Amino acid sequence: MSNRFWLAPALAAALLTACSGPSADQAARLPILGERDVRPNPNGGPADTIFATAPAFAAVDQAGQPVTNQTFAGRAYITDFFFATCPGICPKMNGALLSVFKPYATDPRVAFVSFTIDPAHDSLPVLDDYAQRLGVTDAKRWHFVTTGHSATARDTVYGLAKGFFTAAQPDKEAPGGFAHNGTFALVDDQGHVRGLYDSLDANEVARLQKELPVLLAEIAERHPKATAAK
Amino acid sequence: MMGRCLGLGALGVVACLSLPGCFSNNRHQGARLYAEACAGCHGDAGQGLGRLIPPLAGADYLALHRDELPCLLRRGMHGPMTVNGVLYNQVMPAARVDDKQLSPARLTNLLNYVENNWGNHAAPRTIQEVERQLTACPTVGE
Repeated sequence: MSNRFWLAPALAAALLTACSGPSADQAARLPILGERDVRPNPNGGPADTIFATAPAFAAVDQAGQPVTNQTFAGRAYITDFFFATCPGICPKMNGALLSVFKPYATDPRVAFVSFTIDPAHDSLPVLDDYAQRLGVTDAKRWHFVTTGHSATARDTVYGLAKGFFTAAQPDKEAPGGFAHNGTFALVDDQGHVRGLYDSLDANEVARLQKELPVLLAEIAERHPKATAAK
Repeated sequence: MMGRCLGLGALGVVACLSLPGCFSNNRHQGARLYAEACAGCHGDAGQGLGRLIPPLAGADYLALHRDELPCLLRRGMHGPMTVNGVLYNQVMPAARVDDKQLSPARLTNLLNYVENNWGNHAAPRTIQEVERQLTACPTVGE
């Protein structure tokens, strides 16, 4: 009988060691999401795995400043897609993101980006008003961005939404004329999407709040100097 | 005499047992409708969202516009409105559950819930009162 009591922990320990392998002493890591590509090494060595990265974007925020992938180089950022006159899920979605944002409101390690999917209506003053009304006063911390006024601006942002694993499209039946789901994407310092969270589910929002520090710890490991300087 | 008393007593017991049974299904209807149709924007506790979505908790608007609220829920609302001295300007869709507009009875339960929670206190509404207020409401978007 007493042998059995020994068996369970021993088995668990063996399993843990087997699964975690060489990185047993490393902290938990978030997965890298998206399709990965395996490229044969021209020199005959082991093949390279190319991990998917978030799509390239060039937008302008509520302060009139350009925002691109480079804006967040070396830092984490969280994205969502919304529109200012959205009577559907946006208030809940951005309310949830606000609760994630608040503890990090002055933390430069992570930034927030909300893309408008209605660039024809959401001009910079509209985006600025929206941000102010939500309680976001510093555009550098939470960018409310538009892909511009061109005829293709809308297609651009729909493409981006897809690239950040969410969906947005015009829909006359949907409240406010656009259908979209409220997925948050967590992107790392190298542009990889590391987490997707359904903003309408409180458990998912809590998971983002738990996983963001895990990613920040990983980034700090990669940039020991930047962390030491702080 | 004794028999009649017992009979009345039994009737009373039956009435007492069956009455709550009749109402129990709808007892929390206001809270359920609120959770389904309103909480997404106005918050689980009627707290609103910044200066985007007005609060319902402690909102002066509820008392100041009491008679208009059934119409406001039935038809939705857009354009500027002031709540507790703060100017809001968003679109509020008509309150719908399962893609259906709310009946006068459901509106009554919903309003009684909103008007008597989170520190709000108002005289209870009757269905007749809500029906009357709805007939005065222009039939736009129905």
